Amino acid sequence: MTGERSFRGAEGGLIDRERPLSFTFDGREMTGYAGDTLASALLANGVRLVGRSFKYHRPRGIFAAGSNEPNALVELGTGARRTPNIPATMAELREGLAAASQNRWPSLTFDLMAVNDLLAPFMPAGFYYKTFMWPRALWERLYEPQIRKAAGLGRPAMAPDPDRYERGTLHCDILVVGGGPAGLSAALAAGRTGARVVLCDEDFRLGGRLLADDVRLDGRPGHAWAESVAGELAGLDNVRLMRRTTVFGYYDHNTLGAVEKVADYREDRAADVPRERLWHIEAHRVVLATGANERPIAFTNNDLPGVMLGSAARAYVNRFAVRPGARAVIFANNDDIGATADALSNGGVEVAEVVDGREGWLVKRALGRRGLRGVELSDGKRIACDLLCVSGGWDPAVHLSSQTGVKPVWDADSFCLVPGEPRQAEVSAGACAGRFTTENALRDGAEAGRAAAAACGFDDKAPDQPAVEEPAAGNLQPIWTVPGKAKRIFLDFQHDVSLADIKLATREGYTSVEHLKRYTTLGMATDQGKVGNVVGLAMLAEERGVPIAEVGTTTFRPPYTPTTLGAFAGYNRQQHFQPVRRTPLHDWAERRGAIYVEAGPWLRSRAFLQPGEDLFAASIREAKATRDGVGLCDVSTLGKIDIQGPDAVELLNRVYCNGWKRLPVGKARYGLMLREDGIVFDDGTTSRLGERHYLMTTTTTHAGPVMAHLEYCHQVLWPELDVQMVSVTDQWAGLAIAGPYARKVLEKVLPDEDLSNEGFPFLAAREMELQGIPARLFRISFSGELGFELNVPADYGPAVADLLMRAGAEYNIVPYGLEALDIMRIEKGHVTGAELHGRTTAADVGLGRMMSTKKDYIGRRMVERPGIAAPERPSLVGLVPADGTSPLHGGAHLLPRGVPTTAENDEGYITSPAYSPELGHWIALGLLKNGPDRIGETVRMVDLVRGADIPVKVVSPIFVDPEGKRLYA
Amino acid sequence: MRIPCPLCGERALEEFTYLGDATVKRPAAEETDPKAWYDFVYLRDNPRGPHRELWHHLHGCRAWLEVERDTLTHEVFDSRLARERGTEAK
Amino acid sequence: MAADAVAGLANQAIVTDGMRYSLFNLIGQTMRGHRGWPRAWRDPDPKAGYDVVIVGAGGHGLATAYYLAKEHGITNVAVLEKGYLGGGNVGRNTTIVRSNYELPGNEPFYEHSLKLWEGLSQDINYNVMFSQRGVLNLAHSDGQVDAFARRGNGMRLHGADAVLLTREEVRERVPALDLDNARFPVRGGLLQPRAGTARHDAVAWGLARAADSLGVDIIQNCEVTGIARENGRVTGVETTRGHIKAGKVGLAVAGHTTKLAEMAGLRLPVESHLLQAFVTEAIKPMVDQVVTFAAGHFYISQSDHGGLVFGSSLDGYNSYAARGNMPAVEHTIEAAMSLMPSVGRLRLLRHWGGVMDMSMDGSPIISKTPVEGLYLNGGWCYGGFKATPGSGWCFAHTIARDEPHALNAPLSLERFESGHLLDEESTGPFPNTH
Repeated sequence: MTGERSFRGAEGGLIDRERPLSFTFDGREMTGYAGDTLASALLANGVRLVGRSFKYHRPRGIFAAGSNEPNALVELGTGARRTPNIPATMAELREGLAAASQNRWPSLTFDLMAVNDLLAPFMPAGFYYKTFMWPRALWERLYEPQIRKAAGLGRPAMAPDPDRYERGTLHCDILVVGGGPAGLSAALAAGRTGARVVLCDEDFRLGGRLLADDVRLDGRPGHAWAESVAGELAGLDNVRLMRRTTVFGYYDHNTLGAVEKVADYREDRAADVPRERLWHIEAHRVVLATGANERPIAFTNNDLPGVMLGSAARAYVNRFAVRPGARAVIFANNDDIGATADALSNGGVEVAEVVDGREGWLVKRALGRRGLRGVELSDGKRIACDLLCVSGGWDPAVHLSSQTGVKPVWDADSFCLVPGEPRQAEVSAGACAGRFTTENALRDGAEAGRAAAAACGFDDKAPDQPAVEEPAAGNLQPIWTVPGKAKRIFLDFQHDVSLADIKLATREGYTSVEHLKRYTTLGMATDQGKVGNVVGLAMLAEERGVPIAEVGTTTFRPPYTPTTLGAFAGYNRQQHFQPVRRTPLHDWAERRGAIYVEAGPWLRSRAFLQPGEDLFAASIREAKATRDGVGLCDVSTLGKIDIQGPDAVELLNRVYCNGWKRLPVGKARYGLMLREDGIVFDDGTTSRLGERHYLMTTTTTHAGPVMAHLEYCHQVLWPELDVQMVSVTDQWAGLAIAGPYARKVLEKVLPDEDLSNEGFPFLAAREMELQGIPARLFRISFSGELGFELNVPADYGPAVADLLMRAGAEYNIVPYGLEALDIMRIEKGHVTGAELHGRTTAADVGLGRMMSTKKDYIGRRMVERPGIAAPERPSLVGLVPADGTSPLHGGAHLLPRGVPTTAENDEGYITSPAYSPELGHWIALGLLKNGPDRIGETVRMVDLVRGADIPVKVVSPIFVDPEGKRLYA
Repeated sequence: MRIPCPLCGERALEEFTYLGDATVKRPAAEETDPKAWYDFVYLRDNPRGPHRELWHHLHGCRAWLEVERDTLTHEVFDSRLARERGTEAK
Repeated sequence: MAADAVAGLANQAIVTDGMRYSLFNLIGQTMRGHRGWPRAWRDPDPKAGYDVVIVGAGGHGLATAYYLAKEHGITNVAVLEKGYLGGGNVGRNTTIVRSNYELPGNEPFYEHSLKLWEGLSQDINYNVMFSQRGVLNLAHSDGQVDAFARRGNGMRLHGADAVLLTREEVRERVPALDLDNARFPVRGGLLQPRAGTARHDAVAWGLARAADSLGVDIIQNCEVTGIARENGRVTGVETTRGHIKAGKVGLAVAGHTTKLAEMAGLRLPVESHLLQAFVTEAIKPMVDQVVTFAAGHFYISQSDHGGLVFGSSLDGYNSYAARGNMPAVEHTIEAAMSLMPSVGRLRLLRHWGGVMDMSMDGSPIISKTPVEGLYLNGGWCYGGFKATPGSGWCFAHTIARDEPHALNAPLSLERFESGHLLDEESTGPFPNTH
């Protein structure tokens, strides 16, 4: 093994030689320096073989120096922090970094799956569509499991991600994407005017190609200029520099998504530092200065470790003072040859040969097995080398502009795709617009920054441009591939898509660019085609015999580079996925042993367990205690909407299907609301508190939707109505007091009120004072018992509950939860969400007579449609087990006796089962075809998924106190 | 996407909920032709291009808005309070 | 009856003048450098007229043409496609195939489709990689467990498969779920073992190849610009490649159904909405089934290639853009992180959008229309992929016989007017809520 010193230059590079860092690769201890990437450090340590390809498991090395790296993907970290598929070129080196190669077994150098490379002739593009079909059963049992195991790159961590992520929003006048010469120049021009500027760059150091190329600005090295500009920008309050921040997506109306790496590069990560932050950036203007990615020229065995982009080689030599090889051949079709040759020579790499494709002299084939040992040229000459720098021209990074829905266009002069006409307030500057020189980048950037600032109302004067000395560039002659062994001429390295695959696809008729992509998987690897797509397009055009412009491109989709899922979620994960709503009585209930149940965002008390009790026992006890004595239930989650104004009653009359005109002050009424399609939307009581003042209650689930609906009705349908409404759900705690002793308990705490049956009859509603606090009392009941609902200001809820508990102690008052409430409402035949599930009509649930025929209301006309009005629709019935003992199952279906158990005989289903403590057996509500006509009939409860088929008797849905004696007591 | 609210200014998409086509009009109360109601509840032009539509500034001022937006480019041309719509047409 | 049809299909091999796909031919072609593979489908110019013109060479249009030829002997058929075949939602979806529907009007249709899936690769001689890995819906409350039981019982009554799982059975099957820290705890699940995924593009390509081999003309880059009618009857279509006469015209252009229907003077109970889908970088196997959870309207599976494929709800506004916005992206990934926080360090490779035909009740339409000779297949919401073979089969029947099959009779266009709605989500006539 070659040691660190062999490939690191003695001096130079933008690394901190005072800060050596140790790290491991596949368990081997190595050292690098602060300022290295994992890739540069690996090269410095003489590591050439870094990964294996996806399909054929071919050996691969480091090919690029940035986010376009297709080959050198590694797993970083261990255990729950293991992160697969990270390009070594994008991993900033830090002390203790643990990297491992992936997709190989048992080891990187000896990978058994490399047998695929031998079998490659049998595995061209789409081979799996043509086989694995016989025998049919084997696809599922053998072929697919094997394919799945072989596929995939790195291994995911199976434990929850222990790191934190944050999300934030930034607003700015101008967002500059990219911190190379164009971006820095744009930020400087805009920043000096005072405009609020945000500059993002994916790298940890600003400068872009200025860090990698031998460019001089005003006589100084390019990186020094970048550093001084970054320094000036950092000093401006109106400019925010965001390194390690990738703008990954360009969404509508100049909203961009960016992700900032915060903790991964730090050695001293504190617990409160998030791993990454996701930013929404809202910008008035956007300057895209995203640069360009170099493309290769494809030839036989062009994927061997040691074959590298010329621009990458320059980056390793100049920026990192690393020699990516000892003896190099340069192969290019443009003037970058000179820059690469100079950089390599200056960096101590022997340049064995310069092969200028424009002269018709080509690299025909790379030689070697696990690494490059030489090249064979088109004239047959062989040259020994361990580095081949290949330059096929530049592809502007048009991704962000294209994501806005603008198609990039083929520039036939520069042989590359350039951005189309902008659709949003954005401009592309420098290399990403196809203007590749540093001088162009600086000028473009300055002009873009100036114009953007001017458009935001700031001074427009462009800063002076530095004098640029840069190597010759351009003069490209398009050479895409070198004829050879097509199966070994790779276009998409990671996915092993070869020229032969392109030819096969076009031969078979997959000639649309999208067909080609999908059939061959060209461009679908983690580099998203940054390396190979354009060469692929050129080859498709050649095969089809049309100009490149005619084949078009596939759609550019976000994200620009793969983006951490955790960052998108931010804090909203696991228990924090959505906020929890707690009632004012939540803690009060908890002290009494409450267990909770989710009801939408709410947590509601489900039952109050006493020692040794389970949910079933507790709910039975609570229901019984309430029916025999008195109980207290937290109903604060019910929606409450305060409605006031001269036309309040008119609004109610139009949104409810029943009439409201004659409701007197001081009375409540049950109301049923339909959707416009005639289906039940919501129900609840509404009370008239004053001449023009109503309080509507809604179900817990629909509190929000009903409020929005009322606002729709008022603002959109009937703005002429003089009425106002506001949700007061959170302002009031709601307490139901039910049971034969309910009145006695209330009379103790409201001694001044006449709560007698005459003074406060069923459906009475009154505002009053309870020991000096405002209160509202309603004589309504969901349990069927003598019942009241008391509303008090939310903060007083627990105190009033305590007061009631003390007052009720002599009657053995119990708190009861949702489960007991459910038992009692089923006993009473009251419908809830289980029956009003969004597909039932008022008639289906036995409330058909509520629908007024004398007025217009939401849903009136649609309810007359035959499908909605059909009498045979399943409608509400009660059910009891014929044997008197068996439990009934929610979700079981109802079928007649003596018929096959098939769908044709399906007549309905059970919606709400419960064990009735009053009756001593199970009961249920259900929806049954022609239900009300079938009382007394015996049908079957069929529960195939839980294994039950028992006779049940159809009965009235009101099991307890059908005459309402208790209710009106 | 950003939606301009006449009361609050331009706000991010996540503050709003969407209902749909603002051009369908609820028939008059006395309308008894089922076709008219079917049209209102179910049928939509669904244009590919400018579309007048109802948005609710649910997590904001709770105003219902009538917004004109292009369904192909998502460009927003106009936004007004739903309760004031049609006023200048008269 | 459905089962007989399936058996019939499985026994009937396609006669192609091309080359059968088989291991034998793959080996043979390997020896010849794969130079002998013929075109998968021809690239014909349109003829002057056809018995049937299908608009839209997506999964449904191609399946319709295939079954017209195969089941009804109608081979003088053109499938017109404005872009490239398979370029719409058949190539943009999350590849889930299932028949776990609740409503009696839906379940038999989807179950018939699932049965067709089970023999599709062999039937069309193209491996669509139909993978019956199971679809598991997670329930978050006892009420939801009951609702799933109701659905599962309905499925079983219709002859489909359904298994109700306990929380512990869910935990065992899907180790990637973090059941103990979930905001909405998992109480159980409904598993359909025969459901799964398929390779979406392969479905379009395989059907195209099979239809083509039976004589159907698939004409790409041919946009329909008008529907010609005489005396209220369809006579042909205007296209960017000229007028094409047609005895019957079937529309299968989900996402753009209303645009085409408008050409024949029809307004529909359909809106176009935007749905996004997501895929991560390829990783080694992590999730074996398709898992969905209602609390976040979220579904996830892992492709054979290794990427986690997932999605959730619509962006929520009418759109033809096929490009979504951030709130839906974040919502979807929050849902992923709510129950599978081990995906946190994985990276999103790509997210994309498709234009959905959202019908007013969330269920599709395979139907005759008020215009004689014009047939409609649309309103697929986000459930079109799983229906591909069943939809083509039923639409072919409807076109060939000029009346719906019993399986698609409930999916009529008239149901909105008559009130025989198929509202699986129970949310009413609001397309963005389904």
